[in-house]
Amino acid sequence: MSENHHDTSESGPVARVKALETLLAEKGLLDPAAIDAVVDTYETKVGPRNGARVVAKAWTDPAYRKRLLDDATAAVAELGYAGPEGGHLVAIENTDRVHNLVVCTLCSCYPWPVLGLPPVWYKSFAYRSRAVSDPRGVLKDFGTELPSDVEIRVWDSSAEIRYLVIPQRPAGTEKMTADELAEIVTRDSMVGVTNVAAPSRRGDKSKRAGK
Amino acid sequence: MNGVHDMGGMDGFGPVLPEQNEPVFHADWERRVFAIMNHSFGFAGFNIDEFRHAIERIPPARYLASSYYERWLGALETLMVERGVVTREELIAKQSPGVDTESLARAVKTNPPAPSKDRARAKSPRARFVKGDSVRARNLNPSGHTRLPRYVRGKRGVIVRDWGVFVFPDTNAHHAGTRPQHCYSVSFDARELWGKSAERGRLNIDLWEDYLEADRTNSPKQKTKSPTKIARIGRKSK
Repeated sequence: MSENHHDTSESGPVARVKALETLLAEKGLLDPAAIDAVVDTYETKVGPRNGARVVAKAWTDPAYRKRLLDDATAAVAELGYAGPEGGHLVAIENTDRVHNLVVCTLCSCYPWPVLGLPPVWYKSFAYRSRAVSDPRGVLKDFGTELPSDVEIRVWDSSAEIRYLVIPQRPAGTEKMTADELAEIVTRDSMVGVTNVAAPSRRGDKSKRAGK
Repeated sequence: MNGVHDMGGMDGFGPVLPEQNEPVFHADWERRVFAIMNHSFGFAGFNIDEFRHAIERIPPARYLASSYYERWLGALETLMVERGVVTREELIAKQSPGVDTESLARAVKTNPPAPSKDRARAKSPRARFVKGDSVRARNLNPSGHTRLPRYVRGKRGVIVRDWGVFVFPDTNAHHAGTRPQHCYSVSFDARELWGKSAERGRLNIDLWEDYLEADRTNSPKQKTKSPTKIARIGRKSK
């Protein structure tokens, strides 16, 4: 699909970005070192591992879960996560009866401090167009099949609120610690396109940690 | 504006194709675009609504043929030129072969990223709606920026939460005032949006007060939780 095409030719965006960056630097408006710093933040520090820790804590600490549902911005800040696109976080929990799914149909708003920058599929036209009108079909694209009596609730983040889905804790994980649980919480489950699966064998853990 | 960016409910884009082990950025130029955008609010004097609108103004065919960060790049070029930070001629000249990358190292001034301005406002105009109110999304078709998608216009929903007061994007994007007002989580029945053949389900979307009007249909068969008496009284007292 053309929207997923990443142009690296000199005549395309590469030359255009270089031109813009050079001009801004020449005018003394932009320090290339500052550019590297912000890139480093989102490549190494801010990502879905943050959200996974939030979810794992909510699964293991009922008082924290309550604070998270009451005021996610404050609860997430307890773990040290805050920043752009995270000023108004709201946590929504999946239950046996309701499954939540988050989209931004108009652009690609996403809760950066807890999930990092959005993946290409979240920004894709396919997802932005169909998540609201055919959520069950979109879930199938991710291999997620829900019982027909589960209500799908779609959240179109059209304003300042950024949503974090708290997936259901899978059965068979009762003995796992919060740290271990954080390893199995995936980015996609916190957007609501998948559920979290229990590890099939505890021995797989090292593999997952290396991911 | 009724642009191609307003994609909710469109068909034809095919299945969603997740990429395994996806990197944060797919090319170095994407990193640069992301970072320039993050730094430029301060010195270029534009706001996030204006940035979004600049993306929306990309001609539809080009919008659809561009990747996400290409659209960001297009918006940045547009706004930098419109705000007089750079000229179109300068951009074109620099794009010719032999771009002087040395000048990057000579940059002197450091601009820290402008702290992202919280667009929430503590000072509350009175809320026109309360939880449980039946509302209808207005059928607005502004030529400028809006965060009211086409697929909810004219549809009936219920206020489920008042998020508080926020800057209004439709005016802020055009430097026509911040017009702070309440923004609500509004819940729509999937069948109200997509017809009777749609599956059972709900869609919640955040809508500013100016996008909404009280629903006076008073359908006796209303399936959604009907507004309580208290809610109706609350609305009247406006």
